[in-house]
Amino acid sequence: MLTKRIIPCLDIKDGRTVKGVNFVDLRDAGDPVELAERYTVEGADELVFLDISATLEKRKTLVELVRKVAEAIHIPFTVGGGISSVEDVRALLNAGADKVSVNSSAVKRPELVNEISLEFGAQCLVVAVDSRRVGEVDLVHTHGGTKPTELETISWIKEVAERGAGEILLTSMDHDGTKAGFADELTRKVSEAVNIPVIASGGGGNEKHFLDVFQDGKADAALAASIFHYKEVEIMHLKNELKNKNIPIRI
Amino acid sequence: MKVAIVKYNAGNIQSLTFALNRLGVDPILTDDAEALASADKVIFPGQGEASSAMRSLREKGLDKVLKELHQPFLGICLGMQLMCTSTEENNTECLGIIPEKVLRFPAGEVKVPHMGWNDIANLKSPIFTDIKDGSYLYFVHSYYVPQCDYTIASSEYPNAFSAAIQKDNYYAIQPHPEKSAEAGMKLLENFLKL
Repeated sequence: MLTKRIIPCLDIKDGRTVKGVNFVDLRDAGDPVELAERYTVEGADELVFLDISATLEKRKTLVELVRKVAEAIHIPFTVGGGISSVEDVRALLNAGADKVSVNSSAVKRPELVNEISLEFGAQCLVVAVDSRRVGEVDLVHTHGGTKPTELETISWIKEVAERGAGEILLTSMDHDGTKAGFADELTRKVSEAVNIPVIASGGGGNEKHFLDVFQDGKADAALAASIFHYKEVEIMHLKNELKNKNIPIRI
Repeated sequence: MKVAIVKYNAGNIQSLTFALNRLGVDPILTDDAEALASADKVIFPGQGEASSAMRSLREKGLDKVLKELHQPFLGICLGMQLMCTSTEENNTECLGIIPEKVLRFPAGEVKVPHMGWNDIANLKSPIFTDIKDGSYLYFVHSYYVPQCDYTIASSEYPNAFSAAIQKDNYYAIQPHPEKSAEAGMKLLENFLKL
């Protein structure tokens, strides 16, 4: 049976791992290659690297990092951050990334989703969506969740699925950094609205939160960062707990 | 040992190369008929879309070359599908090495692509030596080979399908061994020992 995936996320800035609380206050949590190896041994199903380097020059070092990661680990990983063209994608995939994720650049130019999907296949394209509740509606936000757009979250996700996204990485900006649980209701709405896998992100703080987002949120995978980096939640312990609760999990 | 990886437009071979390196093998990437014929092992990776992959193979004349090899041959993912007779992906005629048709997963019943770790069972080949029934491997695909006479491993999504098939010296596996942690490395190691 296909299992639910547990995905540690490594935010990368200038070649180092960082994680912001609500995307501000960055803390250094180590060397990305070392962390990737540790997570592989601990049973992570997949990894996501998000490059938040400010400048294009610094981003170029990402390709070299991707190559080092691909050499060190033999589980799938996704790379995102600042990808805005088919050529950006080609460089990362050739370096050994399995998938890329696009976010703001797809909002700015939705055709990018079609272009990447046609060139490399839907299987390697994750569309990341940062959503925040504004009044009564969930709106897509860009630029690390700081800029609201006029796009309603569900309809935008349906659109990118039609354009050729292979997977959705849904981050609830209202939950991110709170450790108070994932956005189960929004995640379920998204999961039911599209026929591609949905990764839930933002708010995971303990084992119960992961159980909830798989059971109530119908997520296909769940992503978290700092709780794994600082070992507040141990991946193998989390997976055993979920398996005991009859969630299909790879042990 | 000389291991050749088939060079065409549908292979992202960096991870596969790293995995083989870890097993002590330095593969060559080639589309040369003689180099392929003289290799000890041939690996046929594949990612992307079937019709453009087949077009690339035909342009290079590889459609004929690949059918006439005698050493152990391993197709991976799209490579496995291209070894069959045809695929529903853009109604593409494939290599016809293994006489089976590749079908699309039923939309609506399950999410497509089938993406993630799934278990394999009914293992019937030396390439699964020391790999247990129920081991997990990493899959990413929207089309599948049904259960058939050539099936040497099965998975379920939602129904049983071929996770691996074999005919004579031609082996093929749907999941990515190079992305499947220790079980995947073991599978590659077993293939190299054939």
